[in-house]
Amino acid sequence: MSGWALLRLHAILVYLFMFLPVGIVVVLSFNASQFGSFPMTGLSLRWFEALWHNEAIMRAFRTSFLLGTLTALISTTLGVLASLAMVRYRFPGKQAISTLLIAPILVPEVVLAVALLLFLRALGLPKTFPLLILGHVIFTMPFVILVVQARLASMTSHVEEAALSLGASPVQTFFAVTLPLLGPAIFAGALFAFTISFDDITGTLFWKPGGVETVPTQIFAMLRNSISPEINALGTVMIVLTVGLPLLGMAVARRVDSGRHH
Amino acid sequence: MTDSAVELSNIVKRFDSFTAVQRFSMSLESGSFVTLLGPSGCGKTTTLRMVAGLLDPSEGDIRIRGRRVNEVPIHQRNLGLVFQNYALFPHRNVFDNVAFGLKYRKVSKADIRQRVNNALELVQLPDLGRRMPSELSGGQQQRVALARAIVIEPDVLLLDEPLSALDANLREDMRIELKRIQTQLGITTLFVTHDQSEALAMSDKIVVMRDGVVEQIGAPREVYDKPVSEFVAGFLGAANIVDARVHELDGDNVLLQVDDLGMIPVPRARCPACAPGTAVRLVLRSEHLIVQRADEEHSHDGLYLSARIATVDYQGQAIRYFLHCGKHTLQALNMLDGPAFNEGDSVSLKVRHRDAVVLETPR
Repeated sequence: MSGWALLRLHAILVYLFMFLPVGIVVVLSFNASQFGSFPMTGLSLRWFEALWHNEAIMRAFRTSFLLGTLTALISTTLGVLASLAMVRYRFPGKQAISTLLIAPILVPEVVLAVALLLFLRALGLPKTFPLLILGHVIFTMPFVILVVQARLASMTSHVEEAALSLGASPVQTFFAVTLPLLGPAIFAGALFAFTISFDDITGTLFWKPGGVETVPTQIFAMLRNSISPEINALGTVMIVLTVGLPLLGMAVARRVDSGRHH
Repeated sequence: MTDSAVELSNIVKRFDSFTAVQRFSMSLESGSFVTLLGPSGCGKTTTLRMVAGLLDPSEGDIRIRGRRVNEVPIHQRNLGLVFQNYALFPHRNVFDNVAFGLKYRKVSKADIRQRVNNALELVQLPDLGRRMPSELSGGQQQRVALARAIVIEPDVLLLDEPLSALDANLREDMRIELKRIQTQLGITTLFVTHDQSEALAMSDKIVVMRDGVVEQIGAPREVYDKPVSEFVAGFLGAANIVDARVHELDGDNVLLQVDDLGMIPVPRARCPACAPGTAVRLVLRSEHLIVQRADEEHSHDGLYLSARIATVDYQGQAIRYFLHCGKHTLQALNMLDGPAFNEGDSVSLKVRHRDAVVLETPR
C-alpha cells in the first residue's frame, strides 16, 4: 500500500471514530424496542412522540430557545457595534480591547464558568436567568465579532463615504448602506451565537438558577438516572437543529448574496 | 475672492509625527477643473479628503463658496465624490444608486425620477436604471458613480483617481467623456491623479505635489514647458536633466557649458538670473531631441551632437531611443516617420536648444 492509501485509510478511520456514535444515536432513535440493541426490531417514531409529551423536556426546549434567541440578539447587537469600532475607528488601547473581546473563546470554558460564578458570589448576586444570558453572551460574542469583522475588513469604507457625501447622516448611512452590506455576516454570526448557546452545557451548569433546565442540562440529568431511548430521540433533534440551522443559514446567505449579483 | 468655489489656506495635515500636507494654499475658481498631481504618498488624496470632510486639517481653513467648512461634517457639505473603485451601493439598482442623494434632499418623487433619468442620459446610460451594479462593466459603473455624484448638483465635484481602475482604451474615452460632462455642467472639479497625461489633457490648472509640498501650480502648458524644479520636469513627460555651468552671456542667449556635450545656447529669458560661472541644471525634453542620420544636413535652429543608439523602444506611432552621447545617456522620443534606427547606429542628435529649460537652483 502506498503512503497516500494509508493516509486515506487513517482519515476514514478517524472520521468513523468521531461520527459513528452520532450515527448510532440517530439510528437508534427510530428503534421500536426499548433496548438499544442490533438488529433493530422495527422502525418507530414512538420516542419522538414520548419527547413531545414529556413536559420537562418541552420546558427545557422552550428555555433553550428563549436563551439561545436572546443570547443571539444581544451578542449580535454588541458584536456588530464592537466590530465597527474595531475596524472603522482608531482609538487608544484598541489592540488590548480587541484581544479582550476575543479572549473568552481562548480561555477554557470551565475556567470562565467558575470565574463568573465566583464573581457573582463576590458581588452577592443570586443566579438568575438574565445572568445566565449574560454568561452566554460573553462566550458567543467573539464568534459574532470574528465573522462580522472579517466582512467589514473586506468591505471598503468608500461606499459609506459615498453615502455620507450624498447627504446621508452617519446614522442614516449605517442603516442604508453598512447594515444591508453586513447582512449575511450578521445573520451568520447570529446563527453561530444561537447554536453555541443552544448546545452549551459547561457554562450553563455553573450559571443556571435552580429549577431551570436547558436541553443539554436536561439530557445530562436524564442520563444520571437511566439510559432511555428518549435521549436518543432528543439527541437526534439536537443534531438536526445545531447542524441544520447553520447549513440553512449559509444557504440563505448565499442566496441573498447571489441575488445581489444577478 | 467672490468667484472662488473652494479655497484652501495654509492647510497642514499631520498624522502623529508624519506631516502629510504642508502649508497648502490654493483656490479653485468657480467652474474650473483643477488637478492635484503627484506620485503616491505626495498628499494629494489627503488634501482631497480634507476638502471632502473625511479628514480634519491639523491647521488652516477650508472654504467652500465662501463658507468656512472646517467644522461642517461631510454630509452637510454638498459634494460629489467619485472613487477609483466606483463605490456603488451593491445592494441597490442603478436608479436607486443615482437617486440616493436626492432622497436626503427635499425632492419630490416625480422630480427624483426626472433628475435621475437626466443624469443617466448625461452619462449615456439611459436604459440601465434597473440593472444591478454587478451587472455593469467597470466603465459603466464609473459612469453611474459620476451620475450619482452630479445629480445632487454639488458645489464641488471631487474625483479621486476615477480613471485608474479602467483599462487603457476605456480610460481615454472616459477621460474625454468626463471632461465633456464637466464643461457642460460647468461644475467646479478637484481631480486627483498620478497620471500626468490625464492631468495635462483635462485640467485648467495643475498642482504638482511632492512629499506634502506644492512644487508648482499652473496651467498645463506652463508646468510642462516651464517646470520650476527638477521634480516637476521629471514627473511631467520624460526629460533629460544634465549639469551645466553658465559660460558667458551672449546677447539674447546664455551659453551653457555641458561636460561632453559642449556649448549649448539658451534664450536669455529662460535664465534671467544667470551669471557667468553659476552651476545650473539643464532640462532637455525627450521630444525636443531629434535623432537624424549622421550625414544628414544640419539646419540652423539646432545644435548637433554625435551619438550612438543604445536601446530602441518601439511604441507604435512613436519610438524612444536611448543614446550614448559622451558620458551621458539621453532619451529621445521621436514620431516615427520612415525607417527606424537600430541599436549601435551612429547618429546625429539635434538639440532644439530654444526649448531647453534651465533650473537655476540645482539640487
